[in-house]
Amino acid sequence: MSTPSEPPVEGGLVAELELMTPEQRAAHEAEVADVVAPDREIAVAVGDTLLSMENVTMRFGGLVALDDVSFDIRRGEILGLIGPNGAGKTTCFNALTGVYRPSSGRVLLEGAPLGRRQRFQITQLGIARTFQNIRLFSEMTALENVVVGTDARHRTSVMGALFRVPRHTREEKQAIERAMALLEFVGIADRAADKARNLPYGYQRRLEIARALATEPKLLCLDEPAAGFNPAEKDNLMGLIRKIRDDGYTVLLIEHDMRLVMGVTDRIVVLEFGKKIAEGLPTEIRDDPAVVAAYLGVPDDDAP
Amino acid sequence: MTTTQNPSPAATPSSGGDRRLLGGLRDRWNGLPRAQQWLWLIPLVVLIYALPVLNPPLLTTEPGTNFPIALFDAARFALLAIGLNVVVGQAGLLDLGYVGFFAVGAYVAAMLTSPDSVLTTIPYLWTLPIAMIVTMLAGLLLGGPTLRLRGDYLAIVTLGFGEIIRLLATIVGPLKGQVGFQGVGRPPGTDADGQPLFANSDGTTWYWLVVTITIAILLLVGNLERSRVGRAWIAIREDEDAAQIMGVPTVRFKLWAFVIGAAIGGLSGALFAGQVGFVNNQKFDVPTSVLFLAAVVLGGSGNKVGVIVGAFLVSYIPNRFIELAGYKYLIFGVALIVLMAFRPQGLLGARQRLLAYGRQAYQRLVGKPEQLASDNPMTAENGGDR
Repeated sequence: MSTPSEPPVEGGLVAELELMTPEQRAAHEAEVADVVAPDREIAVAVGDTLLSMENVTMRFGGLVALDDVSFDIRRGEILGLIGPNGAGKTTCFNALTGVYRPSSGRVLLEGAPLGRRQRFQITQLGIARTFQNIRLFSEMTALENVVVGTDARHRTSVMGALFRVPRHTREEKQAIERAMALLEFVGIADRAADKARNLPYGYQRRLEIARALATEPKLLCLDEPAAGFNPAEKDNLMGLIRKIRDDGYTVLLIEHDMRLVMGVTDRIVVLEFGKKIAEGLPTEIRDDPAVVAAYLGVPDDDAP
Repeated sequence: MTTTQNPSPAATPSSGGDRRLLGGLRDRWNGLPRAQQWLWLIPLVVLIYALPVLNPPLLTTEPGTNFPIALFDAARFALLAIGLNVVVGQAGLLDLGYVGFFAVGAYVAAMLTSPDSVLTTIPYLWTLPIAMIVTMLAGLLLGGPTLRLRGDYLAIVTLGFGEIIRLLATIVGPLKGQVGFQGVGRPPGTDADGQPLFANSDGTTWYWLVVTITIAILLLVGNLERSRVGRAWIAIREDEDAAQIMGVPTVRFKLWAFVIGAAIGGLSGALFAGQVGFVNNQKFDVPTSVLFLAAVVLGGSGNKVGVIVGAFLVSYIPNRFIELAGYKYLIFGVALIVLMAFRPQGLLGARQRLLAYGRQAYQRLVGKPEQLASDNPMTAENGGDR
C-alpha cells in the first residue's frame, strides 16, 4: 500500500481535479479516497475501511486460485481489480460476494466476518454485484428486474402480500418509484416496460447495474461491465461509474480495458496467478515494473 | 380475472405470433381502465354461474355425461390447475406428483366425514380448511428436504412422492385401499322437496361452490403474483443463482410456492371427494398427474386465465365427445406436441406485466422523455444496439 504522492494525471481524473476547490486538493494530499469523492452525501467517515480481504486463499482441488490475498476497500472509492486472464479476479470477486467460501482467510464487511452466511444474506448485508455474462431475469420487464433488487430490503411477509396489508402497498409503491428512478439514473427508463431479453446489449448491462443498486448496497461490485462495449460506450460507462460513486456508493471494478481502469479508478489491485503483485494509484500501477511485466507488457488487444 | 398489464407503447414487436393471434384483443383489454374491466367481467361471471342451468345446446355434454357434473369436473380441474400453476408456471418447479396432494385432500375429506372411517366424523365444510392445512404440511414434508434439487431431479422426486401416496393408500389398513370410503360428507342444507342441496347425482350446487372458491383463490393468488412473492418466484424460475445473489431467499420462496400449490391441490381433492361421495385408491395414478400438468402446459404455464382454459379443455373434451374419451391421452399427447412446435408458451402465454404503480410511473416518464436525454451520461449515445 502506497501513500498518495501526486495527483493522478489520467484523463478522467484530471477533469475532476480541475473542478475541485483548494481545500479539497489539500484533502487529497491526506487521503486518496477522500479526494476523488468530494461531494458524497452519506454521513459515514470517508476513507475508512469498508471491506477487507484477510489472507484469503481459495483452493479447488489441487488448484490454488487465490493465494493469501489481502487488500482493503475503502468507503467512497472506486477500486480496480485487474490482472491477466486466469489471474483469479473473478474467483476473488466470488469470494467476497459469498458465492465461494474461502478455503482459508476471511472477508470482513465493516469489521464483521461474512462467515458462513448464505448469498442472499450477504446481499442484505450490503454487497451487490453484476455478472460478467449478463444474468437478468429475461422474461421480466426492466422495471420488474429492478424491483426484485429492491425486494432485498422489503419486509412484507407472504401472508402480508396475500391479504394486501398496508405495509405491502406502501413498500410496493416505494419500490416502483425507486426502481423507476434507478432506471432513469442509469439511463434506460425509456425501455422500462420492455422484457429484459428484448433490450439492446448496452441496456442490459446498465439494467444489471440498476438492479444491483436497487439492493441498496454499501459495496457495488462490477464484473467487467464494459465487456463488448465500443469506445464511446465505454466513456459513457465511466461517467456512470463515477456518478454512482458520487452518489455515495463504494465500487469494486474488474475490468480488462486499461484505458477504462486507469481513467475511472482511485486505486488498483493487481493479481497474477492468484497472488497480489501490486496495489496503488493508477499512475503508480502503470509504472510498476512487476505489473508491466505481468500485464501491460503482454500484448493486449484492448490496451491503448 | 385479469391482472393489469402495460400498454407498452415503447415495446418492440417481439412476439409476432402472440400479437396476431390474441394480441389485438389483449391490447384493447389492457387499454381499458380497471373499472371498465370489472364491468365487462360481471356479465362473464354471471354467465359462468348460469351455465349448468342454461345447458346450451352445442356446449352441452348430454346425453353422454350429465352437464352440471361435467362442469363441476372442469371447475375442480381449473382450481387444481391454478394451484399447479403456482408451482410449475410461477416458480418453475416441475412437479410430476401433484396428484399426491390432490389425493391427500380427498382422503382427509373422506376420513373425516365417511362413516367407514376409523376417525370420528365432523361436518364436511370443516374438512376443506383441514384438508388445506394437512396438504400444506405434506408439501412442507416433501419440499423441505427436496427443494434444493433442481430441474429433472426435482421432477423425479415429486413423481416418487405421487406414487408413494397412492401406494400408502393401498397398503395402510385404515386407508382401506380399493374398498375405499363410501358416503363422504356434503355441505348441509335441503331444498323444498327435502332433497339435499349438494347431491352426488347433481353437480349444479357443487359447481357453484367450486366456482366461488376458485374465484376467491384466484384473487388471493393474484395478490401474491403482484407482490414481492410473485416476483421472487419468477426470478427463481428465470435464474435461481442470480435471484439469490439479488437477495431473494430462494429456498424459502420455493417452499412457499410448493406449500401454496399443495394447499390448493388438497382443496380441490376435498371438493372432489365430497361431490363423488366415494374415495378409493384408483383415481390418483401417474397418468392423472400428467393430465394435470398437461392442462397447465396446454393452457399456458404462468398465465392464470390460460391454465383455466387448459383445465377446461382437458376435462371437458373427454366428457363432450364421449366416443373420444378412450383416446384422450393420445389426443392430448398429440396436442402437446403440436403446441410445443408452434406455440411453446401454451395457448395463452405468460404475460409481460408491468406492476400497477409502475404503469403510472412509466406514463409520467414517457410524458417528459426529453428530461432523460439531458442530464445523463449514459443516454448521450444510442445505447449500443447490436
